[in-house]
Amino acid sequence: MYYDVVVVGGGVIGCAIARELSRYRIATALIDKESEVGFGTSKANSGIIHGGHHSSPNTLKGKLEWEGNQLWDDLCDELGFGFKRIGELTVALNSDQLPTLDKLQRQGEAKGVPGLERWDRDRIQAEEPHITEEAIAALFAPTTGVINPYEACFGLAENAVANGVALYTDSPVTDLSFDGETWTIQTPDATLHSRFVLNCAGLYADKLAEMAGVRSFSIRPRKGEEYLLDKRLQGFVKRVVFPCPTPVSKGTLVIPTFDGTLMVGPTAEMIDDKEDLTTTAEGGQKVFDFVTRMVPGISPRDCIAEFAGLRAVADGEDFIIGPTAKKGFINVAGIQSPGLTAAPAIATMLADILKDEGLSMEEKEDFVPSVPKPIHFASLSTDEQIALAEKDPSYGRIVCRCEFVSEGEILDAIRRGAKTLDGIKFRTRAGMGRCQGGFCTGRCMELLSRELEIPLTEITKRGGETWVVRSRKEEVASC
Amino acid sequence: MLTANVDRLRSDYDVVVVGGGPAGMGAALAAKEAGAEKVLMVDREKEAGGILLQCIHPGFGLHHFKEELTGPEYAQRYLEQVLETDIDLATDSYVLDIDKNNRVKLMSGRHGVREIETKAAVLAMGARERTRGAIRTPGKRVSGVLTAGLAQKFVNLMGVLPGNRAVILGSGDIGLIMARRLTLEGVEVVGVYEIMPHANGLNRNIVQCLHDFEIPLHLSTTVVDIHGQDRLEAVTVAPVDGFTPDLSRSQTIPCDTLLLSIGLIPDNELARQLNLRFDPVTRGPLVSSTMETSKNGVFACGNTVHIHDLVDFVSQESELAGHNAGLYVTGQQPPPDNVRLVPGENVGYCVPQTISTDRDHTIYMRVRKPMENCVLRLGDVYEKKIRYVFPAEMVNVKVRPKFLQNFHGDNLRLDVVPQEG
Repeated sequence: MYYDVVVVGGGVIGCAIARELSRYRIATALIDKESEVGFGTSKANSGIIHGGHHSSPNTLKGKLEWEGNQLWDDLCDELGFGFKRIGELTVALNSDQLPTLDKLQRQGEAKGVPGLERWDRDRIQAEEPHITEEAIAALFAPTTGVINPYEACFGLAENAVANGVALYTDSPVTDLSFDGETWTIQTPDATLHSRFVLNCAGLYADKLAEMAGVRSFSIRPRKGEEYLLDKRLQGFVKRVVFPCPTPVSKGTLVIPTFDGTLMVGPTAEMIDDKEDLTTTAEGGQKVFDFVTRMVPGISPRDCIAEFAGLRAVADGEDFIIGPTAKKGFINVAGIQSPGLTAAPAIATMLADILKDEGLSMEEKEDFVPSVPKPIHFASLSTDEQIALAEKDPSYGRIVCRCEFVSEGEILDAIRRGAKTLDGIKFRTRAGMGRCQGGFCTGRCMELLSRELEIPLTEITKRGGETWVVRSRKEEVASC
Repeated sequence: MLTANVDRLRSDYDVVVVGGGPAGMGAALAAKEAGAEKVLMVDREKEAGGILLQCIHPGFGLHHFKEELTGPEYAQRYLEQVLETDIDLATDSYVLDIDKNNRVKLMSGRHGVREIETKAAVLAMGARERTRGAIRTPGKRVSGVLTAGLAQKFVNLMGVLPGNRAVILGSGDIGLIMARRLTLEGVEVVGVYEIMPHANGLNRNIVQCLHDFEIPLHLSTTVVDIHGQDRLEAVTVAPVDGFTPDLSRSQTIPCDTLLLSIGLIPDNELARQLNLRFDPVTRGPLVSSTMETSKNGVFACGNTVHIHDLVDFVSQESELAGHNAGLYVTGQQPPPDNVRLVPGENVGYCVPQTISTDRDHTIYMRVRKPMENCVLRLGDVYEKKIRYVFPAEMVNVKVRPKFLQNFHGDNLRLDVVPQEG
């Protein structure tokens, strides 16, 4: 197949770029090594749209952070993923940390971030009574939001596909070659040809650059462990709570997620293994020790799940975006935090780069900017629920009792492209609640099996070898 | 007969029972018998019976029916009784909410979303299993780590197996039952690992499910790491001193399946929405001697209140809850309790949390640590010798007014202490 642009990597960056490019009369493909988009770093992060003041205006990431921040409202309206500006507090626990608050405030103001406020102890206690009384001051930023990052990936990719982008999943790049005109991208199942290759390969961006013969940087993973807490703590804090940052990390946070669960994390640990998604006893200890200092009412006993994600950190810590020595191979690499925040700004930046590189980009007249919004049955009014369940009884049937997810929502997720249990979970929250899928996994598997016409034994957690069940042994079963 | 029960859904009821497992069925029948005219039982699955339906092993009903039944047989006995009455049965249905005016919001594949008025409600939603997150087991996020109950559903209801070679973490009853079940299905069960120095399941399950199949039980040992890229490939286990693993003596065991049998937690979304008062130890609602919660007209029973080891006791407790819900709606409820029970030495919790000195009671309790030749004391008005107690086996004691009436205070202490001499 011949394309104008092949985007390698279906994380939030690749998805945002593919969706942006789908506005134009060009042939675009989005390819990813996983079974579904957003299954790498994009599904395992803090889910924060940063306020815009955390990175220095002198860095590329600092510039794109604030630009990207402002683009999320429109995207959310168009694509219907979970996003809410709940604000954040960066908390100083002693007077040594006050200059850091000053610096963050100046940094934000220099970029034009509105609404930054300095709060004193009384104001903190009045607004967030569960924050420790040791907090002497805080910087409030109303521009910070929380997002379901995987929903954003699904929405962006779904919209890109609806506007003509070809999506290839389970498609790692096995070979990459260039004849001076055209790139040839080999995957296990397909051979793709393209004028441009956008390197959005996240943790493997250095490997892809090496395959292209233009490796000029290394990507090292910086691991972050996150711990999800029981819904009992819903509303315990209302804003994202940051400690004063250190040079390598924004610190360990208390995050009221979009769905109302509290999440604590992440850790920040440089590692070597790009597949090391282990959570560790020390990591958990560190997170809880740290956050209980800021919010003492949180307890490890409330933990319902934990996960780790890997930030793709390039040498020099900044984003690496731009053309390379090989014509048509463009890096979008080292997109660590605040990469999620910056994603929509990176997408428009890439459209501009492609124009500069000589790609003729004519806007489509028939571009459809939105997708039908997924229905969240539990958040509808009773009258709406009654009407919907009457029209389609599958919406009257609860599959996931912890998060109140109906069968109708799961069927909708499968029709939108969910192929795995994680795909269903990240689209609908089925299996994400306190029982962690103990009750609904069987039902979700039956629905996947029925809709995709595959046996239970072919269903996976997230593709690859993540099989869930195997068939009974015949000789045993028959006795 | 079946369709008569499942087709009708009224707009108002005397008693709505949430849950159609053994607790719900026992409560619905007892409510009807006690005089409630319009009774509705709601169950989320297509068939009532609850978790019993996946418990195809025998061992149920020895106390209640005086014979040994399988889980589905035990459920069927109750279901047949329900179907002989005019109790309405809403299966494939889910109670989303009960508001402060006792309006029940129900959604169902059959009836759509409906709002129903009720005079009384019985909460009988059962329990859920603790998960990997609850104990924060470190390691990779692989497939092949699942709760023992889910594995039971795979094998007994869906006809598939969770893997080829299994390690079981935790010695809860479901884990022990599954050790045997998987062995019978040709899955290799390497061993059961329990962090506590004693087993957490019934002794008869240790004997019948592990010893009889030569499956080793390793006490004071836990899983400290989970390996694999996509599917589980191995776990590392290590002995513990208290709760601290001794990593110098750790051992890595190749396996593709890790079953978790690390305890149950009352399923109490509804009880929380109702803002009921809770017992921090049972993690279920506080109940009076009539199984009434802190909200008038809302009763609770079964694993929603506290975790039982035997379904027979669930039935007993549920009949009490249903009976009192029936008396409540017919205006015959007994006078309120006058004494609070306070767990004392070696008593983790007791249910009910209050009693009346004028009536007979069965008090259920769990001890904190094993003890031999001990005596159970209720203040200084009653005592009973017990040969041995284990945390894994619920202790129950019947007390009569002739003892209780000697007590003149508000707080009656329960202790399980060594026999003197």
